[in-house]
Amino acid sequence: MSTHSENTHYLEAKGFNNWFFSVDHKRIGIMYLVAILFFFILAGIAAMVVRAELLYPGQQIIDRHGYNVAFTLHGAMMVFLFIVPGIPATLGNFCLPIMIGAKDVAFPRLNLLSFWIYLLGAAIIVFSLIGPPGESWLDTGWTLYTPYSVESSSGVIPVTLGVFVLGFSSILTGLNFVVTIHKMRAPGMTWHRLPLFVWALYSASLIQILATPVVGITLLLLVMERTFQIGFFTASLGGDPILFENFFWFYSHPVVYIMILPAMGVVAEILPVFSKKPIFGYRAIAYSSLAIALVSFFVWGHHLFVSGMSDWSRWVFSLLTFAVAIPTAIKVFNWISTLYKGSIQLDSPMLYACAFIFLFTIAGLTGLPLATLATDVHLHDTYFVVAHFHYTMQGGTVIGLLAGIHFWFPKIFGKMYSEKRARIGFWMLFIGFNATFMPQFVLGYMGMPRRYFDYLDQFATLHFMSSIGAFINGIAYLYIFGNLIHAVVKGRAAEKNPFGSLSLEWTVPSPPPLTNFDEIPIVTDWTYGYGTEQTV
Amino acid sequence: MSEPGTFFHLHEEDPVEAYENFKLGMWIFLATEVLLFGGLFAAYFIFKFIWPDIFEAGSSHLNRFLGGLNTLVLIFSSYFMAMSVDAAQRSQQKKLIRNLALTLFFASGFIIIKGFEWIPKLNHGITPGSDVFFSVYYMTTGLHLLHVVIGMSFIGLLLKRAIGGRYHSENFGGVEVGGLYWHLVDVIWIFLFPLLYLI
Repeated sequence: MSTHSENTHYLEAKGFNNWFFSVDHKRIGIMYLVAILFFFILAGIAAMVVRAELLYPGQQIIDRHGYNVAFTLHGAMMVFLFIVPGIPATLGNFCLPIMIGAKDVAFPRLNLLSFWIYLLGAAIIVFSLIGPPGESWLDTGWTLYTPYSVESSSGVIPVTLGVFVLGFSSILTGLNFVVTIHKMRAPGMTWHRLPLFVWALYSASLIQILATPVVGITLLLLVMERTFQIGFFTASLGGDPILFENFFWFYSHPVVYIMILPAMGVVAEILPVFSKKPIFGYRAIAYSSLAIALVSFFVWGHHLFVSGMSDWSRWVFSLLTFAVAIPTAIKVFNWISTLYKGSIQLDSPMLYACAFIFLFTIAGLTGLPLATLATDVHLHDTYFVVAHFHYTMQGGTVIGLLAGIHFWFPKIFGKMYSEKRARIGFWMLFIGFNATFMPQFVLGYMGMPRRYFDYLDQFATLHFMSSIGAFINGIAYLYIFGNLIHAVVKGRAAEKNPFGSLSLEWTVPSPPPLTNFDEIPIVTDWTYGYGTEQTV
Repeated sequence: MSEPGTFFHLHEEDPVEAYENFKLGMWIFLATEVLLFGGLFAAYFIFKFIWPDIFEAGSSHLNRFLGGLNTLVLIFSSYFMAMSVDAAQRSQQKKLIRNLALTLFFASGFIIIKGFEWIPKLNHGITPGSDVFFSVYYMTTGLHLLHVVIGMSFIGLLLKRAIGGRYHSENFGGVEVGGLYWHLVDVIWIFLFPLLYLI
């Protein structure tokens, strides 16, 4: 395999035009990374405002309406602008073509187009969330439930259109990845030799392709409802507000797996590298990604258990929701078996990967009482749900993203961050995160409803703990990003393969040359042969 | 714009590979279109089940003759699209241009007939907000009409390029992929017509 390259590395050309008009998948990945982290910080600030308001009972820094706006801003930006593009558009864009031995994705121009569409959608959303004169800030919650979203005087239409536009970006990225994985694999890169991150991206892309159009039509109907007074969701015309919830969750539940599957893929890449052992149960992990993608389409009803649903549909949806636990547990057991008797090195990517397993297991297990009909009646729309999905989204996806960023950072930037500070940042985050959301499980169990501006005195201690945790959490992110930004500017040069990975992206220089490979490599084995004769 | 190192640079493409990618990409895109309309079809069946009377009354206001004529017009248009692909594969330039033009001709016929259906209805005060049947009617036919317009611009582009002599037996992927899209637009109407007008 040729590793030495006369090819200039991809970061060489400078200037705005060389970035903004670049069809290089690596540059597009980095532009996405900068964009989503920007919105992550904005949405994070909104979260800090929410937690500051909830520090003590009664009004603290904003009024009731301001509180509704703050949690809407937090939810809408986190979901649509940060976590859905999240890992696939950033690390996926960067790594996927190199990992399968290709020079780029199948449609490089379409890739750039989907980034531009993302920016357009983001601009519309930010403008309409905070900008439009005469309209108040969006206060519907990120779920945009009817009938309130039809009646609310806030800027529902522009936000909805913005999300609709973002949908195109998501679909085009998914489409691009699927075609790339089908058609652009290097000779010898068979399906069963694909890195597990690629399998995860493939499964997530399928969901992106198949679920996003449904939210597209739903949002379009919502816009029509407000502009032409059509009656899909209006009871007085024969429509049904609950239909919106069904449509919305038909997308928004699968989308949870768009967020989490790539993170699972990242973890599957990191574990064997840092335990110097072949991944355990390769095929089980690969196919469980597909299984999760498949089942994800049939569980949306569990969001409507208390919205008025027949007993029949309730128990079917409950059963199907439990079914998701099977492929998920298969993954967790295989990851743990990979660690078993490995020679484990707890570098920062590995710390994040292990934290992912730990936190995601909590997330999964607390999902079960929510899938159980009887307990869900008690827990529905309480802080228990808030804690549960923050364990999946932050404890799962964000931790997975950070694991991936720390893992591929030397490859992406050709620089090395301070490992010591990376570990300090990790522990701050781990402590802050658990301090934020552990109390929320208890709050929810005690009956604290989500999205409330005020609360009874009996909840005060736990809310206070949660808010303090959230501030630690927020500071941890600043510290972690500070460490990484410092490394981009002043970090020492990274080696080609600092962690001793066998995957293709580590056979090219850091940072990789413009066209990735001088010659397309020929693949003869899978990438997980650690501790065997394949070891580097 | 193709000097290596400037970032407009695309890696040199193998035409066969590009064609294969393009075709798979379009098939996947068609799947998203099916799901886009799938939401509307689901709403149709749910509301028809809940409100059979509203749907029967609404459906009786639709003009079956114009609906049927539009079905015929679209089928003709699809036929000429298929013939365009055939002509491109055989490098028959004149035939290709003629067939694409005919495809466009029938497609615009569809839009005009649709206008004759919609405008009198709106003049009589039958609007998307009349009842849930007409919400479904205007939404489905409207979204379909939008797809007809998008399809027509695609075919218009193909026509422009065909006149420039771009397509021949070695390079007909654009025509074929455009055809795939156009046939889907046609097929969606084939489902919409009986659901809205006939049953």
